[in-house]
Amino acid sequence: MNNSFLLDGEDVPFTPGQTVMQAAAAAGKYIPHLCWHPDFTAHGSCKLCTVKIGGRFATACTARAAAGQEIDNITEELTAKRRTLLQLLFVEGNHFCPSCEKSGNCVLQATAYEMGMLSPHFDHFYPDRAVDASHPDVLLDFNRCIMCELCVRASREVDGKDVFALSGRGAKSHLIVNSESGRLADTDFAVTDRAAEVCPVGVILRKRVGFAVPIGQRDYDEKPISEKAVGKAADGVKEAG
Amino acid sequence: MIIKSMHDSLRIPGSQEDSVAAAKIATILERHGRDGTRLVQILREVQDALGWLSPPTLTAVAEGIGWPRAQVESTASFYSFFHTRPLGEYRILFSDNITDRMLGNQDLLRSLCHKLWLEPGQVSEDGLVSVDTTSCTGMCDQGPALLANYRSITRLTPERIDEMAHLIRRRVPVGDWPSDWFHVEDNIRRRDVLLDHGLAPGEALAAALDRGPAGLLGEIERSALRGRGGAGFGSDIKWRSCRDAWGDAHYVICNADEGEPGTFKDRVLLSSCFDMVVDGMCIAGLAIGASKGFIYLRGEYRYLLDRLETRLAQRREAGLLGRNILGRGFTFDIEIHLGAGAYICGEESALIESLEGKPGKPRIRPPFPVTHGYLGQPTTVNNVETLALAALIAVKGGEWFRAIGTPSSTGTKLLSVSGDVARPGIYEFPFGVTVAEVLEAAGAQHTQAVTTAGAAGSCLAADEFGRRIAFEDVPTGGSIMVFDRSRDMFEAARNFAHFFAHESCGFCTPCRVGTAVNARLLDKLANDHGSPYDLDEMEKMHRLMQGASHCGLGNTATIALRDMLAKFRPAFDRRLHSPDYEPGFDLDAALSQARRMTGRDDPGAHLTDNLSAHAGEAPSEVQP
Repeated sequence: MNNSFLLDGEDVPFTPGQTVMQAAAAAGKYIPHLCWHPDFTAHGSCKLCTVKIGGRFATACTARAAAGQEIDNITEELTAKRRTLLQLLFVEGNHFCPSCEKSGNCVLQATAYEMGMLSPHFDHFYPDRAVDASHPDVLLDFNRCIMCELCVRASREVDGKDVFALSGRGAKSHLIVNSESGRLADTDFAVTDRAAEVCPVGVILRKRVGFAVPIGQRDYDEKPISEKAVGKAADGVKEAG
Repeated sequence: MIIKSMHDSLRIPGSQEDSVAAAKIATILERHGRDGTRLVQILREVQDALGWLSPPTLTAVAEGIGWPRAQVESTASFYSFFHTRPLGEYRILFSDNITDRMLGNQDLLRSLCHKLWLEPGQVSEDGLVSVDTTSCTGMCDQGPALLANYRSITRLTPERIDEMAHLIRRRVPVGDWPSDWFHVEDNIRRRDVLLDHGLAPGEALAAALDRGPAGLLGEIERSALRGRGGAGFGSDIKWRSCRDAWGDAHYVICNADEGEPGTFKDRVLLSSCFDMVVDGMCIAGLAIGASKGFIYLRGEYRYLLDRLETRLAQRREAGLLGRNILGRGFTFDIEIHLGAGAYICGEESALIESLEGKPGKPRIRPPFPVTHGYLGQPTTVNNVETLALAALIAVKGGEWFRAIGTPSSTGTKLLSVSGDVARPGIYEFPFGVTVAEVLEAAGAQHTQAVTTAGAAGSCLAADEFGRRIAFEDVPTGGSIMVFDRSRDMFEAARNFAHFFAHESCGFCTPCRVGTAVNARLLDKLANDHGSPYDLDEMEKMHRLMQGASHCGLGNTATIALRDMLAKFRPAFDRRLHSPDYEPGFDLDAALSQARRMTGRDDPGAHLTDNLSAHAGEAPSEVQP
């Protein structure tokens, strides 16, 4: 058998060692995801990339591709699950898209559109999360955090700084920064860090450039995420080799 | 130099108090070799010494072990028994398992709070004491129970609560409280081959050394021993995979983090059969080629720590642990790590994370611990009971063991029986025993329901009591909680839902948010705002969490709830306020703050009265 698996009935080639997600992205196939990024170690926490491999649920970003796998990705059952997961993320934080600087560039929002999420459905938790505006160049709005830990990984793996970490447990999980005061200004974070640009939602925002591109002309205003993400991810996976 | 750098980080170099704190932190760090993998132990000892883990303390610890401060804070904030804010000289935590509730813990908690003039969860205004709840402390056979500064107190009564309030107000140290309060009974009600082993310390280990690693593994294979934590994985397969895995070192971990509500069998094994457990660990070490083992002891069993340490030291003196055991050239030693209040650490990869000083979040698997475990090395994680049984098999042989129990579930099982029974305690039965036989032995009457694997397993109704305790029928880690007909199963479901919401590690979306949604839905029913819609929502959460969760916690968190919904539906239907949709947002409750501020409580200050008065006319007016 050659090195390929079936994703929704279509043949997807892979190189040994690749995960299902990496192989799918390289082949231009979109598997919904939030915490996965081609440049960083897979995390497997958001569970948006839950697929069915041989009838069993698995996380595409952590499951190794194997020859002959039959994988369901875009099915009614999985889309419904993903929609529910998105709704859970929306009610867990404070997401007010119309006033958010990230609207149109937000992976959470774009994925919700893609999955046909029409309402948050569940009662909002309305967590009390303070904003950190201490840093001269960057604002942290924790209200929108989805615990994907991309900033944690970017700061650790690329910047070598460990500026971010997840703290707390369960529903009390929250993002913290590496300083005794708890303020970003007291860390060695810089606006040029990789961690400054990986946030898929609107937590880590550059100051003084807000709304430079008007809403309506942004990434996911142009194209849905299923088209946009595939192009980006495929480039990333190819570059990463 | 070390002391000086501590001073700097504590920011008040002149203060005598702070220099004492810095010296204490430095001593603890030195004792642990400034090794970050020992962070959970370091934080516990620092907190014991200083009362709480203040921001400067965490900075000092981070500098001491050379870790980023955020990672130290991440660990400190993960475990329930660590405080990153002051919680008083006295920290009183009532065990809040459903069995404690059935024994009246809520009245006792309210009474203590009343006597101490404080609200649950808050610190008294003089900073002296705080009173709160904690997950099951493993004393269900002698509850209601609590932890006073992390020491177990059992068999609470209103009189004990009265006296406790006096002792706290008079600032009597917990160590000077009446010693009988801290007495923990074994309550062994039925003994079989394990509890009646009759073996001398080291006897099983000697037998294993006689058999040699290959012979020993052969006996374990013949015994068909399966893991007693609940999952039932074949012990011989686990040990062989671990032995065959390449690594610089191999490790044995004894999982003594029994956090499943209603379980207390490991507590009894550790207090009464500890030598069998240690022999079992040494035997596992022999089988997989390890020379080092850890016991991960749940924080709730802190009271056992000194006693177990002493026993390990005695065994070293007697040549039953450490270098050249029994003069046979076999070296194996054991270290005890204490947990800090996190149910998730019973999951083996979360346990290993905790042993490495990190928050107990389960790893992505594969790779499994048998190949990539503690410090990335091959590691076997076994339940306390499994290890004790392995010691028994080393002496008696696999064929002998296999003759006990059923073909797919060999040997005996320790059952922790609590709830509505005349004789709560430990029952050792061969696998295959029916639930009815267990109930009869324990003196249960008018039984309505039995949970067979704590909060994380099935809930059986009376017509299922003929089923058998065995991996192939009713699998269990040993927690058997019994509910008679006077009990409201809705309250059991609600207690479990809050337990999981509290214990979810928060790593994956479905479990982190799903457990919280379920707890909220059940509260909504409890507050008379429920509708059938909410029950459907719970069903929906069950379907989501079972498939999509990262680990066993999320995958099992809704099993009992679903069973209770299916089998005890009237208990839920009784709670439904409306046959149609009911919003979760309570308009009248939202006004309560305004009522408090204005000191009003007349009908005009209540929305519900106004609403019901107009309900027939214009329901559209009440839409928010």
